[in-house]
Amino acid sequence: MSKRTRRQLTRAQRLTVIYGVVCFVLVLVVLQLWLLTATVNAWLGDDDGVVWPALAASAGCLALNIGLLRSFLRR
Amino acid sequence: MPDPTNAADPDAGFAPTRDPDDVTVAPDGRPMDEQPRWRQDFAIDAPEANFVARRDFAKFLVLISGAFVAGQAWIAAKSLVRDRRPKPGRMRIASLAALPTGSATMFAYPGDHDPCLLIRMPDGKLLAYSQKCTHLSCAVIPEIDRGILRCPCHEGVFDLATGRNIAGPPPRPLPIIELEVTGDDIYAVGVKATTT
Repeated sequence: MSKRTRRQLTRAQRLTVIYGVVCFVLVLVVLQLWLLTATVNAWLGDDDGVVWPALAASAGCLALNIGLLRSFLRR
Repeated sequence: MPDPTNAADPDAGFAPTRDPDDVTVAPDGRPMDEQPRWRQDFAIDAPEANFVARRDFAKFLVLISGAFVAGQAWIAAKSLVRDRRPKPGRMRIASLAALPTGSATMFAYPGDHDPCLLIRMPDGKLLAYSQKCTHLSCAVIPEIDRGILRCPCHEGVFDLATGRNIAGPPPRPLPIIELEVTGDDIYAVGVKATTT
C-alpha cells in the first residue's frame, strides 16, 4: 500500500485494517501456544525430532508478528 | 509552494487529509454539548483511546509470542544437554524367586529418585514401568487383576500390558523400563519413553 493510499484511509477503514492485523497476530500466538505444548509433550516422551522444527516455526511466527506490529504502529 | 488544502492541486494528496469522522467523540457517541459538564471539561476521544488500547494489546501479544519462542529455545537447549548425558547402566533390581506371579515390587532406576514398578504377570511375563504418572508425577498403583495401573490423584489409568494411557488426564504412556533376565536375576538395562 502506498503512502498516498494509506493517508487517504478514513479512521474507520484504518480501524478495520488494524482489527484484521490484531486478529492475525492473535491466531499466530495461539498457534505458538499449541506448538509449545505439543513440543513439551513430545520432548517429555523422548521424541527430540520435533524440537528444532518447532523452534524454527515459532521463531517464524514471532518474526511475522513483529513485522505486523511494526506495520500496525506506523498507522 | 502548493497549497496542501487545495483539492485541485495535484500534489495535495501527499499532505495529511482531515478525516471527516476524526473528531473528539464521547463513549456514548452523543455530541459534546449534550455530555455532562465533567466530560466536557475532561474530553476523551473514545475511538482514539480504543486505538491506543488495541495498540497496547498488540504489543502485549507480540511480547507473549517472544516468550513462547524463549520457551521453545529452552526446550531445544535442554534437548542438547539430554543428548550428551550418558545412557543409564545395567542394574540388578530383583531375583525371580522373590517375585511370585501376580505380584509387583518397587525399585529405583536409573537414579535414586526415579521410582519404578516391577510386575510379574499371572502368566509369568515380567514388565517394568516408571511409577511416576505422566500427568503430575503421582505414584501409580498396579491393579493386576484388572489389568491396569491406576493413578489415584486424578483417576488416570494405564494399560498394564503396554503402559499406555487409556483413561483420565495423563497425556503420555508410562516410560517402560527395559529388562534383562540372567539366571535368577532381573536387571534393568534402559528406559524407553514414548508419546503414543
